[in-house]
Amino acid sequence: MNMAFNEETFRGDFTFRNSPESVRRFPYPFEEDEYMYSVNIEQHTSGEPGSVFEHPIDVDEHYVAECKERAIVLSEDHTRCVALPHMMDAQWDTLELVMTSLSESYPSEFQLTIDGDNWHWVNKPLGIEDHFVFGDVSTLPMEPFEYVMRQVQGDWVVMDQRDNDLYADLGMVTGQADWSVAFDAGMSFKEWHAPVPHAPEMGIFDRALKYLLHLQYGSPVRRTNWRMCVNPRLDTSSETYDVWGTDNVSATKENAGDKVFLRVELQALFRLPRSNAIAFSIRTYMVSLADLATYPRWAKRLNRVLRSLHPDLAEYKGLNSFKQPVLDWLEPLDDGAFLEKGVHPE
Amino acid sequence: MSALKVKVTAVEQVAEQIKHFTMVAEDGSPLPYFSGGSHVVVSMDIDGRTHRNAYSLMGPTNDNSAYQIAVRKQEKSRGGSVFMHEKVEPGTLLEISMPTNLFSIHRLAKKHILVAGGIGITPFLSQITDLNRIGHDYELHYAYRSAEHAAFREEIEKLCGDKAFFYPENETGRLNVTELLSKQPLGSHVYVCGPDPMVNGLELIASELGWPETSVHSEKFLAPASGAPFTVSLLQSNTEVVVPSDLSMLEAMEEAGIDAPYMCRGGACGRCEVEVVECDGELVHHDEYLSDAERVAAKKILPCVSRANCSRMVINL
Ligand code: FES
Repeated sequence: MNMAFNEETFRGDFTFRNSPESVRRFPYPFEEDEYMYSVNIEQHTSGEPGSVFEHPIDVDEHYVAECKERAIVLSEDHTRCVALPHMMDAQWDTLELVMTSLSESYPSEFQLTIDGDNWHWVNKPLGIEDHFVFGDVSTLPMEPFEYVMRQVQGDWVVMDQRDNDLYADLGMVTGQADWSVAFDAGMSFKEWHAPVPHAPEMGIFDRALKYLLHLQYGSPVRRTNWRMCVNPRLDTSSETYDVWGTDNVSATKENAGDKVFLRVELQALFRLPRSNAIAFSIRTYMVSLADLATYPRWAKRLNRVLRSLHPDLAEYKGLNSFKQPVLDWLEPLDDGAFLEKGVHPE
Repeated sequence: MSALKVKVTAVEQVAEQIKHFTMVAEDGSPLPYFSGGSHVVVSMDIDGRTHRNAYSLMGPTNDNSAYQIAVRKQEKSRGGSVFMHEKVEPGTLLEISMPTNLFSIHRLAKKHILVAGGIGITPFLSQITDLNRIGHDYELHYAYRSAEHAAFREEIEKLCGDKAFFYPENETGRLNVTELLSKQPLGSHVYVCGPDPMVNGLELIASELGWPETSVHSEKFLAPASGAPFTVSLLQSNTEVVVPSDLSMLEAMEEAGIDAPYMCRGGACGRCEVEVVECDGELVHHDEYLSDAERVAAKKILPCVSRANCSRMVINL
């Protein structure tokens, strides 16, 4: 496979765009006309060829642009990368996971040659080639976690398992919706999830945590989560609220199709071998309402989901300030016809 | 659950009743790396019946060419350790689970105190390689009956140098846990693996000395208890399974072709927990996992070790 990578931006002039192929493989999250928060965890096994689930770590047409965007964020604010000292084994584990996965899934773009501890890494899309000694930090231009995180899409948090809990002690978060790793570093799983309305009292987090504590090496799991945003801005962290906060009031009934995006996070969890830590990757896919509406059933269903959404959840997902223009834009596309269950496009 | 196919390449008698097994991937590929304290579950075909036992991985964690386990022949074996001792030889093919860690080191500990009794030394042999590599402070205290029972003593001396202390009971008497624990710096963590009385005793002493629960780690692999037969009715699978007296609930369900979850098979991890919908008798819990409140509520059971005094139980599986 030879991949074509978009030249695009996630800030300023916002030239981010999806090809028709990219819209088609969008991980649309709504199976039914009504949405309820749930843990919805499933095995992260290989999905259909071409889908975002085909490989353990997905690379798509946005790869090069997203890595560039990440570099910009890091150059402005390096606290987006947090690595507590006891996580060095986990750093190497993460590097191994990313490099072996990318080179196995996309052999024409990424190559990894392992000779004992001597590793040779080639990343063609980003023009990187390095020889290094696995386990020896001094042979890489920077610490292994940051090195490899600059070469993968999505945000990653690596959790140390101790005291029957999981702690976010290693992470790179440069494209996250509304939270920050600098703020969350060191927090436990439950502290970290505290803001989700109606979830704790459902015992969801107790169950999810218990499940994750028993996550096994070789059997990764995944779930999806969603929100919406105005402008395809990856970096909507709490630190930069002053930059993007006003985006939210700029959506109108007329421009919503191009300006408002459905944003789906594909979250995958991998047990790591040497550190027994758990890597949590949060890969974000964005699609404009106009692109999404190229598949009528997606637009109809989104209309129904948003109309029936509990106000607390709407607020949690940050929709309040632009929900009305979105609904006004979607309404004419929904003829009220019955939609069978399922997330497929047509 | 993903499994690994391995071939035994060496079997060595290393102490009285203890054999050491080395295995490599059947197809010669590297095995997955693992963290110190991990175990694998070995599946054995005993007279056409699949028997599964968990054993700690004891080799160096930075070597993915082979796995090593050590097995002590149990006097009251349910078949597993006898099978390993009498039937497994170089060339034997086995199926094992992916490594799982329920006994990992605490990476924020100031100092690690490792206390082993007899065959309980095995998980520490891999933990030590991790501790050496990341340069943490530790002490290993190894108690055994007599010199003939001291497996791996030379390796330990090589790996730990002056950090290892040996307690042959017939020469030095018992290891004094109270003395050992009372002189440790704040922020130390203690890890114990060995016979039940040793583990329970250490836990008691640590709590009397005011050690926080989260600083005390233990590993016990409990064998399933036997008892009177009973019938389990599985709600979701819509079947009934008879649990004979010499099989655990989990084993009986597996025999019947039910794909029930498990991880440690020793009542420690909670992975196999199922909801008890109905029981016309009393649950007999043998696990280390459920809280006292959960036991009283009698709504959950860990079928890998626990059973019931009843004629029929309905579970949500
Ligand atoms: S399998 Fe671990 S408690 Fe039953």
